[in-house]
Amino acid sequence: MTTLRAFMREISPGHVFVAPAMFVLSVFFLMPVLGALVMSFTDFDLYALADLKNLRFIWLGNYINLMQTPLFWKAFGNTCYFALVGAPLSIAVSLAMAMLLNVPGVGLKALYRTALFAPYVATLAAAAVIWRYMLDAQYGWLNQFLIVIGLQPIDWLGNPHFSMPAIILFSVWKNFGYNMLILLAALQRIPDDLYEAARVDGAGGWERFIHVTLPGVAPSLWMVALLTVAGYFQLFAEPYVMTQGGPAQSTVSLLYFMYEDGFKWWNLGHASATAFILFAVLMGLSFLRPKSEEVFA
Amino acid sequence: MRNALQKISTTGLLIAASFIAVFPLLWMVSMSFMPEAEANAFPARLFPHDPTLANYADLFAHQRMGRFLFNSLLVASLATVLSLAFNVTAGYAFAKLDFRGREKLFRFLLAVVVIPGQLTMLPLFFQLKTLGLLNSYAGVVVPFMTSLFGIFLVRQYALGLPDEMLQAARVDGASEWMIFRKIVLPNLSPIIVTLAVFTFLAAWNDFLWPLIVLSDDHNYTLPLAIASLSQEHIQDSGMVMACATVTIAPVILLFLALQRHYVRGLLAGSVKG
Repeated sequence: MTTLRAFMREISPGHVFVAPAMFVLSVFFLMPVLGALVMSFTDFDLYALADLKNLRFIWLGNYINLMQTPLFWKAFGNTCYFALVGAPLSIAVSLAMAMLLNVPGVGLKALYRTALFAPYVATLAAAAVIWRYMLDAQYGWLNQFLIVIGLQPIDWLGNPHFSMPAIILFSVWKNFGYNMLILLAALQRIPDDLYEAARVDGAGGWERFIHVTLPGVAPSLWMVALLTVAGYFQLFAEPYVMTQGGPAQSTVSLLYFMYEDGFKWWNLGHASATAFILFAVLMGLSFLRPKSEEVFA
Repeated sequence: MRNALQKISTTGLLIAASFIAVFPLLWMVSMSFMPEAEANAFPARLFPHDPTLANYADLFAHQRMGRFLFNSLLVASLATVLSLAFNVTAGYAFAKLDFRGREKLFRFLLAVVVIPGQLTMLPLFFQLKTLGLLNSYAGVVVPFMTSLFGIFLVRQYALGLPDEMLQAARVDGASEWMIFRKIVLPNLSPIIVTLAVFTFLAAWNDFLWPLIVLSDDHNYTLPLAIASLSQEHIQDSGMVMACATVTIAPVILLFLALQRHYVRGLLAGSVKG
């Protein structure tokens, strides 16, 4: 009784205000995270889904099995390709567009900014469908353009060498707007005096970019780079809609592999191990990140 | 002279880039009004010669488009309302109410923010199966109910509320709930709109989780509907583009209407100061 009373005395309105959110977070986020860890050590499959009695612990069995699964390595490689080529390209386009929007004295900037940001807002699955037509080997506008400038048309989504570049191209178009706005805000915080001083010292455009612009946006650029790479490691809807992982498994990503493994073949334990490996990669990335406290404080 | 040249070339590049950015979306709308023969014509056409609403009529009459639109609206609205209810109260408490363990709990939230949602999907699927929530709207909405981003966003904004204002109400004998309802909520309204737009767009655009939870296509949201339509009817390009337009147009319009609020959230979530 006394402990209950002591407990009740500790409870303040603040506790009541955070309790609902913390309850939902515990039940639908933290518990599943632990659940995923446990599941990755079991042979959780269709039989266990029907009756938990069929569940056996196989400890690192799933992980060892994954290491020997060629498709896992293929998916890992594809995902790294997408993230490590796609993210730098996206950021380069974001920075270029942000710099254009930051040039003083150009009219209608709000209009350009909205237009450039529109692809980011558009629903991913629907945009990917539009791009299937854009990239069509015969009808697609991209190939029409290649023909106009005198190049050979490319079977973008049908050729295993071009499928991932095609998805990267789509993703750059889809995502650059987000980082563009963040980098534009960073550019606007660079004092004009710095550019003036550099000009007085006789620095050209490229030198001003290297010595004033880049150091000015460096902290934002670093954050944007890590978040973008982390986001790109979670590639899923693009291959699902545009290529179904093909051709020749050239666009199977880690999440795509996990989805098929878990929800098509019901190897839930095996798929959880894949999810944990993806998580380990993202954790590794997050160590390179400035402390989130600084970001939100 | 140099400046004029720079202005002209910048404007030129911005116009070209903006055109590339919006071209696929404009083409989508244009093609959705093309009769079948024109949509499949080679070489591809930019504008319909003979615009028609047949694709839309077909979608709503034969492809259950009305149902999918309803599903999406319901799921996104439900996600938004629930997210606001849970995250605004929590965010405010972390900013302005003193309670035991507050700092520790907040540090814990900052630590778990790096855990990706996909990690929870397999166990969460099993959990929802046990609760009988598979293939339901509730199941789709579950991951949106609490958002660490939302809690941080609201807390950040609520830190700016003057303590004297809250203290004065307490001295007058108002309960904490009264203070929250009558003073805090109105003052937080800008950030509430921001969080609402973010949640609505995220829930509307979400793909992987609804794909996992919804097995009966009757409950499909628009992104799932267009993915499956495009796999079965890729030749009916006019109709597929009409479906894409129905999916994308609402979020673009919402964004255009509430752009200022959206950009505030985007910058608050990623930029220091």
